[in-house]
Amino acid sequence: MSARTVLSGVHFMNGDEAIAEGAIAAGCRFFAAYPITPQSEIAERLARRLPQIGGMFIQMEDEIAAIAAVLGASWGGMKAMTATSGPGFSLMMENLGLAVMTETPCVIVNVQRGAPSTGLPTLVAQGDMMQARWGSHGHYEIIALCPASSQEAFDLTVRAFALSERFRVPVLLMTDEVVGHMYERVEIPPEVPVASRRGPKVPPEEFLPFAPDPDLVPPMACAGEGYRVHVTGLTHDERGYPDMSPEAHDRLVRRLVDKIRLFPQEYTFYEEVGLADAEIAVVSYGISARVSLGGIELARKAGIKAGLFRLITAWPFPDEALFQLARRVKGIVVVELNLGQMSREVERAVRGRVPVHGVFHAGGRIHTPEEVFQGIEEVYRQCR
Amino acid sequence: MPVKVARAEPEFVPGVRHPLERWLRTDRLPHIWCSGCGLGTALSAFLYALDELGWDPDSIAVVSGIGCTGRVAGYLKLDTYHTTHGRPIPFATGLKLAKPDLHVIVFSGDGDLFAIGGNHFIHAARRNMDITVICVNNLNYGMTGGQLGPTTPVGALTTTSPFGNFEHPFNLVHLAASAGATYVARWTTLDGRRLQKAFVEALSHKGFTFVEILSPCPTNYGRRNRMGEALDELKYYREHMVIRHGADPKDADILPGKPFLVGKFVDLEKPTYLELYQTKAREIGGG
Repeated sequence: MSARTVLSGVHFMNGDEAIAEGAIAAGCRFFAAYPITPQSEIAERLARRLPQIGGMFIQMEDEIAAIAAVLGASWGGMKAMTATSGPGFSLMMENLGLAVMTETPCVIVNVQRGAPSTGLPTLVAQGDMMQARWGSHGHYEIIALCPASSQEAFDLTVRAFALSERFRVPVLLMTDEVVGHMYERVEIPPEVPVASRRGPKVPPEEFLPFAPDPDLVPPMACAGEGYRVHVTGLTHDERGYPDMSPEAHDRLVRRLVDKIRLFPQEYTFYEEVGLADAEIAVVSYGISARVSLGGIELARKAGIKAGLFRLITAWPFPDEALFQLARRVKGIVVVELNLGQMSREVERAVRGRVPVHGVFHAGGRIHTPEEVFQGIEEVYRQCR
Repeated sequence: MPVKVARAEPEFVPGVRHPLERWLRTDRLPHIWCSGCGLGTALSAFLYALDELGWDPDSIAVVSGIGCTGRVAGYLKLDTYHTTHGRPIPFATGLKLAKPDLHVIVFSGDGDLFAIGGNHFIHAARRNMDITVICVNNLNYGMTGGQLGPTTPVGALTTTSPFGNFEHPFNLVHLAASAGATYVARWTTLDGRRLQKAFVEALSHKGFTFVEILSPCPTNYGRRNRMGEALDELKYYREHMVIRHGADPKDADILPGKPFLVGKFVDLEKPTYLELYQTKAREIGGG
């Protein structure tokens, strides 16, 4: 394998490999993980690649340790990533909270598989979408992106690193087993922009490590830079010192939420296909969105004007875009590999304006185009 | 509302500065530890060791978990990380690998490092990760009110062993040695100077190094087990500890009322994770 850092050119890669290459291209030089299907290809590729390009790879003793090491590496000044699937994602939830509270940039990949529990280790599902939003403890805001192809796996990994640095928040890449294992064309551009970390603008004696800039994000002073910062998961003031007052807690938690919530234009991504004249919109994401296109084609053949609204950003949920969508169509079908998770968000966002019908499957296989078509027909009948 | 940075350094004795103040965030004092707790002694010995080593403070990072000892990080004027319960070692692992020039030290308690964090301890030792782990062992969970922990002796009374502890405790020296630590020492908070020497040795030793410090917890463990005041616990140490360098780690059990071993148990050299990784990385073009 080449020791080039960015593998510019055209490749035939699966989504997992594209994530690994996206991370390297984005400047990630630290990866820690624990083996789990269907994530292992990411770790295997980075185990080979990182030592050749000046990066660090380590296989940790479990996923708790993997994410903890990622946070440590991020404070050591590196861009850092871990990758897992459902059971490991659950183990990461505690330190995901630490990452949110300490505003530690990092990227966490979840290649979703059938669950609960060990479920279907080798087979697809999208059942961790709500866990991505609410899995850790306490109230927080987080960014989660959903690739639907190998190319997008590469592109969104790069974007995930940029967003995590911009907002100082962990960014979740919520992919799935089929996108992870499906081989497709991936074009890596000649140059990939590497996001820089916002450092202190004042000398150490004037620096308040958790005093935010006007965009509510504080500059970050990493270990060894002379700033001697105390970083704690306890509620803290702008000095980083513990403060157990309700006022300090409310102020901190609100800022952690607002620093993301107030800037939706920077992270809200979605794709519309054939919605210009559509009466029925299919809302989906990841591999289910790819399948939905087949169902939409069947609907069009049957004379139902349907189109696709593909969520690229799952969290924060694009409320406004969905509300506007509901003004343009007569009904919405949500296709996902769980028994109704993002569909709840769709229902909330459209505020009863149009009927929302779910085409759900618990996972183990992707939907058939016929199942999606039946869902479209069903909601079409309801709204005529 | 911006918080004012407290710059006024409090003077505890008028006109006199404590020689260790340069290592401390004095604006965070007084600390939260109970009177009679051994953490102050452990911390002093650690800071005297840093003085002795003469390292650039910006080259030192201290990582703590949760608990009484977990609060050490917050009082140090260094890059300090107060992480989640049991996870300081993997956090420190990431920090060390990302910035190999840093001296990375984990300072935490027996419950944090050996119950919830036990798996991380043995694996970091096995890898010979280049960090120093300092464990203040007070035989129970002090912060949460005195529950039984992984080092609580059989029969000992704690809030969650009201009829006496039914569990066998870890011998931390033996555990560290068998998991692969390349330096292992145990002292008590009675041994300030010996402790300082052990810290200097552990910190300057390459690879995974471990120092256990037996410490009184008069508020919880000592009180419930009728060990008297903190001073009585120290007297107990003086009467029962046996200094034996190079002793077999498996003989280092701590049994109530019986003599126990202190000293330097392990001092050996073997390649660290970073050495092996970096050597190969240079060979394949990534060094």
